[in-house]
Amino acid sequence: MSTHAEAIEHGHGPEAAHEALAHHFDNLEQQREAGALGMWVFIAQEVMFFGGLFLAYLIYRMKYPTAFMAASNHLNWKIGTFNTAVLITSSLTMALAVWATQTGRSRKTQVGLMAATLLLGFIFLGVKAYEYNEKYVDGLIPIAGWFDPVGHNVHIPAGVTTGQYQMFFWLYFAMTGLHALHMIIGAGILLPIMWMAWRGRFSPEYHSPVENFGLYWHFVDIIWIFLFPLLYLLGAHFGKGH
Amino acid sequence: MSTNTTAAAATGTREWRSRFPTVNYLNADYGIWSWLLTKDHKRIGLLYLISVSFFFAIGGAYAGAIRLELLTPMGDLMQSSTYNKVFTHHGIMMVFFFLIPAIPGVLGNFLIPLMIGAKDMAFPKINLLSWYIFMAGGLITFCALLFGGVDTGWTFYVPYSSNFSNTYVTLAGLGIFINGFSSILTGLNFIVTTHTMRAPGMTWFRLPLFVWSHYATALIMILGTPVIAITILLLALERLSHVGIFDPALGGDPVLFQHMFWFYSHPAVYIMILPSMAVISEVVATHTRKPIFGYSFVAFSSLAIAVFGFLVWGHHLFVSSQSVYAGMIFSMISFVVAIPSAVKVFNWTATMYKGSISYDTPMLYAFAFIGLFLIGGMTGLFLAALGFDIHVHDTYFVVAHFHYVMVGGTVMGYLGGLHNWWPKITGRMYPEGWARFAALVVFVGFNLTFFPQFLLGYMGMPRRYHAYPVGEPMWQVLHVMSTGGATVLGIGLLIPAVYFIWSMRYGRFAPANPWPGTGLEWRTPSPPPTENFLVTPVVTWEAYEYRPIEELQTIGPGEPDQPIDGQHPANRGTETEER
Amino acid sequence: MQSIPIPNISLPVPFSPEQASTFAPHVDALYVYLVTLTAFFTLLISAAIIFFAVKYRRRQAAELPRPIAGSMVLELTWTIIPLMIAMTIFVWGASIFFKAYRAPQQAMEVYVVGKQWMWKFQHQTGQREINELHVPVGARVKLTMTTEDVIHSFYVPAFRIKQDVVPGRYLQTWFEATKTGKFYLFCAEYCGTNHSGMGGYIYVMDQAAYQQWLAGGTGTESAASQGQKLFQQRGCASCHQVEAGGQQGLGPTLYGIFGKQQQIEGDGAVTVDEGYIRESILNPQAKIAAGFQNIMPTFQGQVSEEQVLQLVAYIRSLAPAGQQQGGAAAGAQTTSGPTTGGVPPQQQRSNPLHPSDVRQGNPAPQAPPAGGGNTGNANRQQ
Repeated sequence: MSTHAEAIEHGHGPEAAHEALAHHFDNLEQQREAGALGMWVFIAQEVMFFGGLFLAYLIYRMKYPTAFMAASNHLNWKIGTFNTAVLITSSLTMALAVWATQTGRSRKTQVGLMAATLLLGFIFLGVKAYEYNEKYVDGLIPIAGWFDPVGHNVHIPAGVTTGQYQMFFWLYFAMTGLHALHMIIGAGILLPIMWMAWRGRFSPEYHSPVENFGLYWHFVDIIWIFLFPLLYLLGAHFGKGH
Repeated sequence: MSTNTTAAAATGTREWRSRFPTVNYLNADYGIWSWLLTKDHKRIGLLYLISVSFFFAIGGAYAGAIRLELLTPMGDLMQSSTYNKVFTHHGIMMVFFFLIPAIPGVLGNFLIPLMIGAKDMAFPKINLLSWYIFMAGGLITFCALLFGGVDTGWTFYVPYSSNFSNTYVTLAGLGIFINGFSSILTGLNFIVTTHTMRAPGMTWFRLPLFVWSHYATALIMILGTPVIAITILLLALERLSHVGIFDPALGGDPVLFQHMFWFYSHPAVYIMILPSMAVISEVVATHTRKPIFGYSFVAFSSLAIAVFGFLVWGHHLFVSSQSVYAGMIFSMISFVVAIPSAVKVFNWTATMYKGSISYDTPMLYAFAFIGLFLIGGMTGLFLAALGFDIHVHDTYFVVAHFHYVMVGGTVMGYLGGLHNWWPKITGRMYPEGWARFAALVVFVGFNLTFFPQFLLGYMGMPRRYHAYPVGEPMWQVLHVMSTGGATVLGIGLLIPAVYFIWSMRYGRFAPANPWPGTGLEWRTPSPPPTENFLVTPVVTWEAYEYRPIEELQTIGPGEPDQPIDGQHPANRGTETEER
Repeated sequence: MQSIPIPNISLPVPFSPEQASTFAPHVDALYVYLVTLTAFFTLLISAAIIFFAVKYRRRQAAELPRPIAGSMVLELTWTIIPLMIAMTIFVWGASIFFKAYRAPQQAMEVYVVGKQWMWKFQHQTGQREINELHVPVGARVKLTMTTEDVIHSFYVPAFRIKQDVVPGRYLQTWFEATKTGKFYLFCAEYCGTNHSGMGGYIYVMDQAAYQQWLAGGTGTESAASQGQKLFQQRGCASCHQVEAGGQQGLGPTLYGIFGKQQQIEGDGAVTVDEGYIRESILNPQAKIAAGFQNIMPTFQGQVSEEQVLQLVAYIRSLAPAGQQQGGAAAGAQTTSGPTTGGVPPQQQRSNPLHPSDVRQGNPAPQAPPAGGGNTGNANRQQ
């Protein structure tokens, strides 16, 4: 980064102003670098944002290990695995979409890969909704007056209080809910980017929006990679699964 | 630079206007939308100036109400429930909507691109967005306060805030949550701008210390603010679902909330003070005409404060059931974090040695800052000492301490900075005599308000008390002094408000470099054109490198076809006479 | 830590509350040290600034001083010396803290429950007070504290002690009063509407007066004895054996259990202390003693925090004589006379902020009948 000043100095050359070059940048290279750095900084703050939740999870997981393992058994690790696969695939298609814009593939390829990403994202969210519904059926929605697993014939093992059980599900809904919200926002951002791609705005010279969105999408993916074992596999592993 | 006759000014103006680019960022566009949709960092800075002044006035009014109530020991002016809302509103308004955004929002936005020689922030649209988010958060919170209020204290401790208070906690929390994103986006812009937008030749160690300090501030904004955001979000969810992770009924731990709250809110103190230190570094250098003594130590001390600032939150929990050993670790690191601040104070003082010290208003505020921040910082050491903190925790001693840091530090820095760059921002000079007088009034009023509170605190007066024992006449004496001081302070703060507004129309025209300073912001007309510089500057000199005054007052070094003289012609005559 | 003598100061420090506990002189001594340091540095820097500002004031509009870049020696000096000074403060402060937070083994115990907006006290000997606490001078008093609702903070300026009370937990602090008199008690953690009204007095009495105060409260019953009654009423005895050597019931035998290590279901063991007993009453499923079924119902919402403390006192008293720890020995004595049962007495709350309760100075209540010193006492009978 420190060499940037020199880069600008030498970059004053004859490069014709690209239509996507904003007025306050000297050249596209500077603009791209600013955009990428901005996205990384944004991701850093996202890490801290989720960090608060992971911290809370960690503390209560250590405080009530038995309850967390038992409650984790109510999550369906098979569905969770399927969803993980869906999400990883969507990251792959997104990475391919970035590659397609970088290498100047046809608009159809670009948009098609992005559409695949979007579709996989929606599949993930659909499965998530199905899972939430399952929890509703079992009386595991952690809102005062709603949470009633015993009344729904859910067995709570010895050594565990319903309060601790509820704590697990509170965290489960908070963490996966916030993750899902990030996916929905991601989908909302991807749509205009697809529109730009369809209009042929991206080229090997200019593809920052796609690249930066890709970073965001991978980040959301990585959050899930952490959530999945912490929430789903915990019980399956220690509690010998379903 | 003393007196000018109106006639001379008028001719000077005409002559000057004809030779100088007359289009600047203020008159480049007209109309309300040219302001509300602006992407110019300088205009956004002014939008922040107007909005934080509004919130500051509201917070100040609440402070007045608090001081009036405490004139007498009996809670006779208002109900205790009202009083609780009043101090909560004072805290929320001042902390979240004045102290945190004030200097970064106004001066940081205005100056960082100018100082590094950029045309604008890296993300002008995000910059504007962050102001809108700030306004949305501020107005939502303001509505929460207007339509019922909040009585939890600005600290929102659970379980009171989650399960017991039946005031507008969720709505106010939503406002603060939203406002957090403004802070994050501002920080993001500062970081990216500093990394990628520096002018040719502007290396990291040629950056003004203002930029270094804001860079450190931005790091805290980025890494701290999301934690308060998630904490407030969890609190709101807990209020909505009536259970949550801080709820003891579920086996939750209310003290976890305090940990998460202070993980942000302690570093937030550095979000408030680092920008003020940024201003003081510039002001001291400019008004002594010397490079800051130990530039790299001052620069790195900012980063050290940002890093260590994240490791000391536990000193707010010494009596909250934290383990003795955790307390000791937090106490020790709290002493360590005091050192970089001390280093800055020593370096500013050393900068004055053999300087050419002016008594212009910004420098008066810098003197005030150093003295008051020293007391604020030293009393921070009192509070970091475990055994001592047991006694004064949650008393007026703490109140006095953080007001010495926040008002004595941040507000002094803010006012000093506003005066220092007012000529650049508006193109007009403020009235120096009035400004010096106001600085004195503020200084006296401030000490009269807050010094008695140290004594009150040590005598055992807890904070957030609506009434205090009648049987302690000394307590009332000190409270009366404090209220008297607050009145003086209030008047002292009104004077600049009046003459700043006055000067925008009637003030003398400001030259490009009135003090003169060495930074790039002074090498462009006052007020600057929309894209800041007539020609992209190329930096070939070190930070604070003083050259002969005439040279500093030339705009666009080495460029032909520029107004040869940055000095306002109206002031030129008197200037030569003085020489 | 014990070997390092902590400095103390016994002269009255201006603008400070009375020194009425063993901590107070230590805290005041540190205060004097800190004030001296602050004054020294403030004067040093201010003098330097004023001197420079006058000596090097700008004399000519265009003057340019010679630049000075800095000095590594100076930088290191003013980094290292302040750091060392700061560390002396740290060690001094930490040593006081260490002492204040290590409750002594042998101490008179008082249970404290905070509640919006009052402090409730329960002596082991059965006396119960609201917003007033009577203690003998020169005795170590250990407070075991909790709260029924939000976080409060127990603060006695004259003793220089403060401890937050947190829902769901027992926290302790202790003091040894060195002076008879009447001292403010405040709540220092904001707790809602009447936060500033949540206060009272600590009455420190000499031994004779204290004994008289104790005796004045005829009809008191020790906390343990009240706990015993509650134990019977709630049917705890049907599962928990309380005699030595008896048949094991459906739940663990409680005789001599306090202070022991208890194996629990799953892995691990816990020490049976106040906190574990409280948890077992309110949240019985949480840590089940090894070898027992999860059959105990919760008593959450059925017993108040005060009653839990009475049960704790009773279980502590179930031990061979001489093995009871600390204040439990005192708690085991039962007194005769009519009982007050588990109903909190209606007491007149004394409050430093209530104008009718204003008394000038700090009259030392040597004899209980004088002044407000006996209000709690008299009303306890109701």
